Amino acid sequence: MTFSVPSPDAIPRPDPSGADAEFWSALRDGELRFERCAACGTLRHPPRPVCAHCGSRATEWVTSAGSGEVWSFTVIHAPTLPAFIDQVPYGAVVVRLDEGVFVVSNLLDCPVDELTVGDRVELVPTRVDDELTLPLFRRA
Amino acid sequence: MRTAAVAGIGQTRFAKNMGRTELDLAVEAIGAACSDAGVEPRTVDGFVSFHVEQVSEVDLVTTLGIDELRYMARTPSGGGGAASILGLAAMAVEHGTAEQVIVFRARNRSKAASYGSDPNQGGRPWAKSGSRLRDFRQWHHPFGVAAPAHEMALIGRRHMGVYGTRAEHFGMQAVAQRFHASRNPDAIMRDPITLDDWYAARPIAEPIRLVDCSLENDGAVALLVTTVERARDLQAGAIPVLGHVQLGAPIHTELSDFFATTAAYGEHDSGAVVAGRRLFGRAGITPADVDVAMVVEPFSLTVPLALEQYGFCGMGEGGPFIESGATRWPDGGLPVNTHGGSNGEAFVHGVNHLPEAVRQLRGTAVNQVEGAEVAFACGAITDPSGAVLLGVDR
Repeated sequence: MTFSVPSPDAIPRPDPSGADAEFWSALRDGELRFERCAACGTLRHPPRPVCAHCGSRATEWVTSAGSGEVWSFTVIHAPTLPAFIDQVPYGAVVVRLDEGVFVVSNLLDCPVDELTVGDRVELVPTRVDDELTLPLFRRA
Repeated sequence: MRTAAVAGIGQTRFAKNMGRTELDLAVEAIGAACSDAGVEPRTVDGFVSFHVEQVSEVDLVTTLGIDELRYMARTPSGGGGAASILGLAAMAVEHGTAEQVIVFRARNRSKAASYGSDPNQGGRPWAKSGSRLRDFRQWHHPFGVAAPAHEMALIGRRHMGVYGTRAEHFGMQAVAQRFHASRNPDAIMRDPITLDDWYAARPIAEPIRLVDCSLENDGAVALLVTTVERARDLQAGAIPVLGHVQLGAPIHTELSDFFATTAAYGEHDSGAVVAGRRLFGRAGITPADVDVAMVVEPFSLTVPLALEQYGFCGMGEGGPFIESGATRWPDGGLPVNTHGGSNGEAFVHGVNHLPEAVRQLRGTAVNQVEGAEVAFACGAITDPSGAVLLGVDR
């Protein structure tokens, strides 16, 4: 069974403000962006008001190349949110982007019994509707 | 500085859907801890619990008729704080801020036990998040990662990938704890299980199976902490607090941070490694001196992670450590969760593990570790947490 995105009326939907909203806004344009410290260059995710490495508040946004690795995965059977109940069991992954940032996501076109730690993956910005685009991945 | 000691332990019955308020449960457990020590509840002068605790200090002052409350403290997180709350009580006693501090947790759990819209008012917190996500849930829930089981599964699977840990290792700990529970009259799960039963149990979020999970039940637990001198004069005697630490690590509900820190297996001294050194260094003992361990485990896979980080075995060796039988009473060298733990006795956010550590040192445990002199207890390694060391009175 492969993962399919829940319907727009069912999916739990980010309702972000501030820097979080910039993250989701960039995805609507097809880009996965992270905050980067403008002083020392350290990336961080989720967005934060200060660099944990050097303490600078100077922040810029950088677009990820979208390449990474399956750092971990699980196959979820139950319980789960109503939006996902009709597709259990489904896979969820933690991807480590090559830039060093971790995100929770799902793999497209990957049966749950083929999920593997260490697989190379590439970003697939996946549109749900005008408001929401998810950063999903596909095996490279 | 004074030395703190546990002078009393108390708990309610543990069961599903008891139909009682959390205040009612808390009052019973606090009363039991005071009776155990032989003190009047109104003489309690401090309360410590979790920040998610719904029973307020004000309610306890009025309900119990407390003469003079001098100390109130709460620790972040749920099961992570199980040992930290005892540490906070000990600290107040050590510094003379208070004389008789109650450590407690009361909770209703399971879908049917929900009594309010607040995520912490019974039931399953993650299921009350709603459809608009303004907080940390926005990074998990749109991908169908919502329940603690999902997050812990991702944490455990990484450990398997790095170290070759097998899902069965987690199952072996679940089986050991269910054996412990089978001999404990207070346990909810009295039927022992085999590893075959573990294989047959339905998967929740692989590698987690149903019998790896903490139970969903109601109940409350309390402990009374005072000075070692005063405890000696009370009827149950003193179980001294040898040391306590807190650990402000990331939490499983924020996996982007968790994988950069606690779950950065093998990359640097992460999670409780440094806190463990601090704990044992202050107490002047080593993990080898510990006779019995209480490891709070929302899911069985957190047991090997905690044992590794606190130095009871090498990093990555938690699975084989469990497979060797080390954590199983009576023959293991470090019996873990001898009351049956969160998948056997009950889930009270791990606070039910603390009275068991005390019983072991009093020599009154059902699954008694012969000659136990030092007990270790730690909160869930997947949360901001902490640990304590308790000893026999010398």
